[in-house]
Amino acid sequence: MNILLEAFQQSFHLVFNFDKDLFEILFLSLRVSLVSLLLSCLIGLPLGTILAIKNFWFRDSILIIFNTMMGLPPVVVGLIVYIIISRSGPLGWMGILYTPTAMIIAQMILIIPIIVSLSAQIIEEIQLEYKNLFKSLVISSQDAVKAYLFDARYSILTVMLAGFGRAISEVGAVIIVGGNIDHLTRVMTTSIALETSKGNLSLALALGIILLLIALTVNFLLIRLKITAKRKSYV
Amino acid sequence: MCNIKPIDELKVSPIEIVNLSAKINNNLILDNISFEIPDKSITAILGPNGAGKSVLLKTINGLVPISKGKITFNSQETSEAIRKKQAMVFQTPTLLRRSVLHNMEFINSINKETNILDAKFLLKRVGLDNFYNHPARLLSGGEKQRLSLARALLLKPKLLLLDEPTTNLDPYSLKLIEDLILEESIKGTTIILTTHDMAQAKRLASNIIFINKGKVLEQTEGKVFFRKPATNEARKYLAGEILL
Ligand SMILES: Nc1ncnc2c1ncn2[C@@H]1O[C@H](COP(=O)(O)OP(=O)(O)OP(=O)(O)O)[C@@H](O)[C@H]1O
Ligand SMILES: [Mg+2]
Repeated sequence: MNILLEAFQQSFHLVFNFDKDLFEILFLSLRVSLVSLLLSCLIGLPLGTILAIKNFWFRDSILIIFNTMMGLPPVVVGLIVYIIISRSGPLGWMGILYTPTAMIIAQMILIIPIIVSLSAQIIEEIQLEYKNLFKSLVISSQDAVKAYLFDARYSILTVMLAGFGRAISEVGAVIIVGGNIDHLTRVMTTSIALETSKGNLSLALALGIILLLIALTVNFLLIRLKITAKRKSYV
Repeated sequence: MCNIKPIDELKVSPIEIVNLSAKINNNLILDNISFEIPDKSITAILGPNGAGKSVLLKTINGLVPISKGKITFNSQETSEAIRKKQAMVFQTPTLLRRSVLHNMEFINSINKETNILDAKFLLKRVGLDNFYNHPARLLSGGEKQRLSLARALLLKPKLLLLDEPTTNLDPYSLKLIEDLILEESIKGTTIILTTHDMAQAKRLASNIIFINKGKVLEQTEGKVFFRKPATNEARKYLAGEILL
């Protein structure tokens, strides 16, 4: 129990003394995860929407692939991205190995399947609900899609938060392609891994507590959102 | 100067249905039916559960494809312009996941001729003026139906298709809605409705179509149908006996 107490003290100490290293790591974590989330949404939401409303023959296969990819082990994704962007890999010339860019790419591969699968599911459901009405109203498919996305906004936001949750807590992929370089690619999760391996258990735990707080905040928002949406019957 | 008729003058009735068949999942639901809907009339489609009443309304509205025969609206086959002159109230109301007023405002957003004042006026007419900000999907069954009707009327249709529009209504709301339907009819809207309420069919409809198992068995004036149904099936239906 001693170590837990020590860890709590240390995490308080780090946070309230505005420890420079801690905040650098924290901000990089947030930056990498938010940017990958944003880019993943830019790709994943339109893709999910198309898969939900268009019926083409290999649509189900694509959905199955994305569904399976939701459970990809991050280390495997890290490894694959590593092979592709390492010096001898096909994208080696870009020189992005061990940079935040590489971390963002790896995290996108982890988040995009979540965004695509879950948003497709959500939009398909609302589409089935509205389809006859919209057909009867003779509205353009553009207006229909706008309405689907607008009316599913709460559910889509929860999907985004879930994606963010996966990104911020993930370590396997970012440690391989980012390299955990101090002041460059060191994020919360990789620091925890590092400090643990160095035996600084209380520092590792302190970082863990801070990371947990972020996860807690995200989940709190998620639940609030779900309650509000449910109360107004918007989901 | 300009010989394109403004869309408002587009007439969509009388409606003529000739040898119409419709299939759903390869099951024949409407079987070679023919009848006429006079201009500006109120027609009630009657028939037991599963007869094909809802499918018939949906086919007229263009939601179920025609597999044989045809439907003409004032001698023209259906088109986007004609379909825009129709409004349908579904048997189970489909409401957007929004407030009552926003459900109406959605219609305003696609139909530039109406505005929020029309929306509020119609909500008052159906007795929902205290529900503007209420989530539409949390309304009671009867309130949902009334919202659904108000929304359909906001489209200012020339042809109104009402699929059991009063099943869930209390006696006061029933009167409110029937008056509204009659008023629409007087304004010149052609109305086709389905109902299981024979008294209502008598009160509202001048024209009765009785269908069973996807076939039209009778088309008569209201008075005649209730006094002296021509087929055994209609007689049994009116007497509350099961149709086999
Ligand atoms: N989407 C569908 N898929 C499969 N079968 C359908 C579908 N819609 C209707 N049917 C079938 O078509 C037949 C006619 O249905 P319809 O809904 O038109 O009946 P109805 O006359 O409106 O009955 P009710 O009085 O119960 O509303 C039924 O046998 C029904 O099972
Ligand atoms: Mg029906």
